[in-house]
Amino acid sequence: MEKVLMKGNEAIAEAAIMAGCRHFFGYPITPQTEVAAYMSKRLPQVGGVYLQAESEIASINMVLGASSAGVRVLTSSSSPGISLMSEGLSYIAGCDLPAVLVNIQRGGPGLGGIQPSQADYYQATRSSGHGDFRILVLAPNSVQEMADLTMKAFDLADKHRMPAMILGDGILGQMMEPIVLSAPEEQKPAEKPWAATGTGGTRKKNIINSLYLQPDQLERKNLERYERYKAISESEAMYEEHLMDDADVVLVAYGATSRICKNAISMARSKGIKAGLIRPVTLWPFPEKALANASCRAKSFVCVEMSMGQMIDDVKLAVKCSKPVYFCGRTGGMVHSPEEILKKIEDANGGVINEHCI
Amino acid sequence: MSIVFDRPKALSDVPTHYCPGCTHGIIHRLVAEAMDELDIAGRTVGIAPVGCAVMAYDYFECDMIEAAHGRAPAVATGVKRAKPESIVFTYQGDGDLAAIGCAETVHAAARGENITIIFVNNAIYGMTGGQMAPTTLPGQITQTTPYGRDVVSAGYPIRVCELLSTLEGASFIQRVAADSVKNVREAKKAIKKAFQVQLESRGFSLVEVLSSCPTNWGLTPSQALDWIRASMIPYYPLGVFKDKSAKSKGE
Amino acid sequence: MNAFNILIAGFGGQGVLFAGKFIVYAGLIQGRQVSWLPSYGPEMRGGTANCSVIISDEPIGSPIVTKPNILIAMNLPSLDRYEDSVEESGLAASDSSLIPRGLHRTDIQGVFIPASSLAEENGLKGLSNMIMVGKAIREAGICTQGEIAEAMAKTVPERKKSLFDSNMRAVFLGYNYGR
Repeated sequence: MEKVLMKGNEAIAEAAIMAGCRHFFGYPITPQTEVAAYMSKRLPQVGGVYLQAESEIASINMVLGASSAGVRVLTSSSSPGISLMSEGLSYIAGCDLPAVLVNIQRGGPGLGGIQPSQADYYQATRSSGHGDFRILVLAPNSVQEMADLTMKAFDLADKHRMPAMILGDGILGQMMEPIVLSAPEEQKPAEKPWAATGTGGTRKKNIINSLYLQPDQLERKNLERYERYKAISESEAMYEEHLMDDADVVLVAYGATSRICKNAISMARSKGIKAGLIRPVTLWPFPEKALANASCRAKSFVCVEMSMGQMIDDVKLAVKCSKPVYFCGRTGGMVHSPEEILKKIEDANGGVINEHCI
Repeated sequence: MSIVFDRPKALSDVPTHYCPGCTHGIIHRLVAEAMDELDIAGRTVGIAPVGCAVMAYDYFECDMIEAAHGRAPAVATGVKRAKPESIVFTYQGDGDLAAIGCAETVHAAARGENITIIFVNNAIYGMTGGQMAPTTLPGQITQTTPYGRDVVSAGYPIRVCELLSTLEGASFIQRVAADSVKNVREAKKAIKKAFQVQLESRGFSLVEVLSSCPTNWGLTPSQALDWIRASMIPYYPLGVFKDKSAKSKGE
Repeated sequence: MNAFNILIAGFGGQGVLFAGKFIVYAGLIQGRQVSWLPSYGPEMRGGTANCSVIISDEPIGSPIVTKPNILIAMNLPSLDRYEDSVEESGLAASDSSLIPRGLHRTDIQGVFIPASSLAEENGLKGLSNMIMVGKAIREAGICTQGEIAEAMAKTVPERKKSLFDSNMRAVFLGYNYGR
């Protein structure tokens, strides 16, 4: 199949359309605006609806409405906009609705900056909104994966009736790479007998709701949901291993950072240091088994993030602090150079670093 | 023998949680009657707000969605854009619509979103126990304006119909009251008309219903109805503020 | 063949991103691995802009070019900022009609071409970027003469046929300059 050159943001948009998404609600924010721009051009061509909302708060609630009506729907934003969406996300989770949203992260907190960042890891995996709930978090590291994981996100969201987030960053959103866009195999759209589409006078009414005033009912609902989450965390975790067979120093990185790690790893290998990479592709569920397995033979771990250290918590939990876990971070929109990661690998390999796993 | 009075089919056969003397029940009935008479309940999706009507999803016999506080017009937009053939209405109070959801309301109207909003204005936050609303009258005592609403610090009430009627996208905007038989009959006509506007794809329609809150106003039900007449109607005049169809017929 | 790690830098509006896109297509039609990463943000509206392009036979790790082996500098601030980052024995191409200095480095190859003046003289205003690119292609052997037309056809949308012709002229003006 022919390779086409696309920006990461555009790949997400086209992939969504190929996955059968015909509804997009969004609000402009750098560095993800190409998703909306692409959708505004393409959706009318395929009989879809593009709507620019008055805010991210409105966008996510339009998503809630469209999803309630049973259609595949997408919204996209960057960090500050995702914060505004956290209310709606909580309601979507509480209503057991599928939805796909994209966060092309930029530096924070506050208005922060517009350069690439991975500082929304906690927000994505821990606190996407109030209450007990989880969302699926997929972290592509190439334009090809921006497309592939977007299609997958729609399937997973429908299958598990929960929100799925594509967590990218400014590099992945803005960069162009050749990709192959292949439509998913013809499959029947998920049946949604729960959708609010009108009773047609033939069935009992459907209610899409997250309100349970009786605490025992709400507890039961949450327990049920967490049973599902448990099954998901056992079945849906995805990761990539790179040069892990003999790795002494294991880098753990996702998204654009994982690519820079690969450069650093080949530099380290040329110096005789056995470095490898585990790249979580799903951040929730986190591929903890892969890390636990690696901890049996690896000497140490280095968590590389464009943040002050967020995923490192999951890394430490996964390896149960059996090996030292070091941190290599940049923040505020600054991006690692391969050399600074190499330095950390050398330190970790030589045991120079004193900060230990707590 | 023929039945001359019955529960509308679009109204669920369940007791409501509303306080005695509250006019929410009347307004629910009017919405349900309109759905019955237009025979649209089977393709209607209603959006419940946060506030006293939060459990409206239990009271209407049609598909229902419970929205976050103030977001009902955005949720309604999502439904309507996904299923344009469905009839979509929101049922919102004054805090929901005119405070926290002001942006969603104004922009749904500006877009001419083809939905119907039933706006229940009782000049107070009922569900949370009687705090100041964006429509609380100057001088009105509430839990959070214990000395009466002081417009110098708390600002002025918002006249929603007047505000929205300036927007090109708004198609039908009317204010009615639930204080008397005559006004209730007028309210019914307005609500039915609003749904008709949507059925004819004429765009955004909103009916504001001045409603009572005896519990939080500290009045008896009949005093509360008097207060609508004496205090609310002078500030919030009844009438049609926008009717694009009337204009086009007149041309 | 070694990887080309190319950094193109200039003022916003000089066509830095477009020039990069063209080079990426030149790599793509050769069946090589490619990536293109723009700087984004306020520079798009008049500050300095730059663009990282990588053409390689290996899978591309970081798409950010921090040590270019080809630098295309379209203005003085760009040369000032990036000259030191060029890899040893790399190439630095500079628009000598806008950049009034040579190179400080002696361990890299300097290529000087008055691209802006050439563009002006040849009725190709605004296409100094493609003149620079043509020169760089020739000096570094990024692609063959034949691949230039193919890459251009992919870079310039069909509905802008007249742009195709002028861009081709600009590339070949650079390609043949000084030969």
